[in-house]
Amino acid sequence: MEPAVETKKLTRVFNPKKKKEGASVRALNSVDLKIEKGELFGLLGPNGAGKTTLLKILSTLLLPTSGKAYVSGLDVEKDYVEVRKRINMVSGGEISGYGLLTVRENLWMFSQFYGIKSSIALERIDDMLGKFGMLDKKSEKVRTLSTGQRQKMNVIRGFVTDPQILFLDEPTLGLDVNASRTIRDFILDWVRKSERDKTVLLTTHYMAEADQLCDRVAIIDDGRILACDSPENLKKLVKSETTLRLDVTTMKDQRVLGTIPGVEKFTSTDDLENNITSLRFVLGDESAISDIVSGVAKGGSKILALRKTEPTLEDVFIKLVGKGFE
Amino acid sequence: MTGSAWIVQNLRAVRGRAYPRVLGAQREPSWIFFDVALPLLTVAAYIYMYKFMDAPKEFVGFVILGGAMTAFWLNILWSMASQFYWEKETGNLSLFLIAPVSRMSILGGMAVGGLFFTTLRASATLVIGIVVFGVTLSLSSPLMLIAIFLVTMVSLYGMGMMFASLYLLFGREAYNMSNLMTEPIYLASGFYFPVKALGYWAAAGASIIPITLGLDGLRQLFYPESSAQYGFLPVGTELVILVGLSVLFLILSKVSLDYMENLGKTTGRLTLRWQ
Repeated sequence: MEPAVETKKLTRVFNPKKKKEGASVRALNSVDLKIEKGELFGLLGPNGAGKTTLLKILSTLLLPTSGKAYVSGLDVEKDYVEVRKRINMVSGGEISGYGLLTVRENLWMFSQFYGIKSSIALERIDDMLGKFGMLDKKSEKVRTLSTGQRQKMNVIRGFVTDPQILFLDEPTLGLDVNASRTIRDFILDWVRKSERDKTVLLTTHYMAEADQLCDRVAIIDDGRILACDSPENLKKLVKSETTLRLDVTTMKDQRVLGTIPGVEKFTSTDDLENNITSLRFVLGDESAISDIVSGVAKGGSKILALRKTEPTLEDVFIKLVGKGFE
Repeated sequence: MTGSAWIVQNLRAVRGRAYPRVLGAQREPSWIFFDVALPLLTVAAYIYMYKFMDAPKEFVGFVILGGAMTAFWLNILWSMASQFYWEKETGNLSLFLIAPVSRMSILGGMAVGGLFFTTLRASATLVIGIVVFGVTLSLSSPLMLIAIFLVTMVSLYGMGMMFASLYLLFGREAYNMSNLMTEPIYLASGFYFPVKALGYWAAAGASIIPITLGLDGLRQLFYPESSAQYGFLPVGTELVILVGLSVLFLILSKVSLDYMENLGKTTGRLTLRWQ
C-alpha cells in the first residue's frame, strides 16, 4: 500500500523579484517524509519553519525547486489533476467564500467545484453543520458569523468533499477553547472512523493540539525535519526531565528523600511563614513516587499538593531547536 | 472519468460560481439605485446636449443603447478582470486552484453570473431610458439582433476572462488598471456617439474591444434607416469579426490562465496575499 504522502529530498527556494529585496529563502531543505494512510500526522514548527510551504506543494499550489512529492502515490507536479481529486485544504483564519451567501449556500458552492451532486452535498452539509452545532446558523449570511463560527464553516468546507487526504493549516488559529475543541474532536473522529482510509496532515504551532490529536509528529524548523515520531516517543527524548513537585507541611529532616532509588535530583525550599516545605524531585524512574509519598509520611509531614510534571512537546522542541516558539 | 462525467462536473462548477452573482441581484437591491439610476444621469446629460444641438433624433436612442452597454463594460472591468485579484486577497483563489475542475469553468461561472446580473441592469437602464425619453426603436431583424448581442457578450466576457489572469500580474495596480480602462474606452468605443465619427482607422483600432462593433451593430439594427449614414461596417461583417474575436479571446484566456497558474506555482506569488 502506497503512503498517503511521501516526499523525497523536497526542497523549495523562494527567490526575490528584485535583488534589492534581499537574498533567496530556502523554505524547505531536503525534506524526507512518509505519512501512512489513516494517520493523523502533525507538522509542528514556529512561524516561517516551512509548514505552509510544504502544504502548498502537496496541495499542488506550488512547485518544488528540487526533490519529489507524492500524494496517494501520485506525483504532485505531473499528476496534479488526479491529486486534486483526492485532497482538500483548510487554513486557519480563512476569509474565503462570499459574505452575501448563507452558510449553507457557501458550502454548497464550494462542493460544486468538486462536481458533487447537490442533493448529496446538501445532505452532508446539514449533517456536518449539526455535528459542529451550527445548524441554527445554516441560513445566516456568512458576513454575520463570528470568527469561531466562520472557521467551523471553513473546516466543514474541507470535509464536505470527502477527501482522502485533508491538509489542515493551523485550523484552530486564534479560536477560543470551545471552538477549538469542537474542531479537534471532529477531526479525530473523522480519521478514526474511516478505518485507515482517511489521512490528515495538520500543521500547528500549538503543542498541546499536536500532542492530543496526532499519531505522529514531525518537528520542523528552518525548512528541515528535526525529528519525526509519535508524541510519546518524542517526549522520551527529554524523559530525564520528568519532575515531581510536592508541597508539604514543614518537614525538618528531608535527607532520606534524596536517597530514595530512582530519585536523580532533589531540592527543597521552606516557607516558614506559611509552614510549607516545597519539594522538587527529578525522577529517573517513576516508581519512586510511592516511596517519596511514604517517606514524607514517615517524616511526620502531610502532603498539601502534588504535581507530576511530564515532558511536553515544547520540551522536545526546545531540546531539538535550542529555542522556544516565538 | 468519462467525458460526460467531466462535462457534468465542470457544468456544476460553472453553476456554483455563477450562483453568488445571480443571487446578488436579489440580495442587494441597492444596485437599482447605483447601477441604474446614477448611469441614467450621464445618459440624460448627453441626451439633453444632443437635443439642445438639435441633433438627429436617433442620437437619443444611440445614447440610451450606449448607456445600457456601459453596464457590461464596467462588469468586465470590475467583476471579471479584477476578480481573480480580489479572490486572491480573500483566499478564494487558492481554493479554486486546488479544485479538480478546469479553471475555465470557474471563470465561465463568473462570466455567466456576471452576464445575468448585468443584463438585468442594462435592461433596466434601457427600458427606463426608452420610457422617460420617449424613444422608438424599430426591430427589423430580431434574429440578427440576438446574434449580434450574444456574440458580443461571448467575445466581451472572453476578453474579461483573459484580463482576469493578466490582472494578477499587476497585483495591487489592478484598481488603477480598471480606472485607466473606463473613460478611454467610453470614448474609443463610442458609447455616446456613433464610433464612425472617430474615423475609419481609429474605429478599426477600437474594434479590438468587442463592445465597439457590438454597440455599432445594435444601433444599426435598431435604426436601419440611418445605418448607411452612421454605421461603421456592415452588420454581417461586424458579426463575423465578433465571432473571430470570441474565438481569439477564449483561446487567449485559456493560454493566459495556464500561464498565470504555472507562473504562480513557480514563483509562489499567485496565492500569497498583498503581493
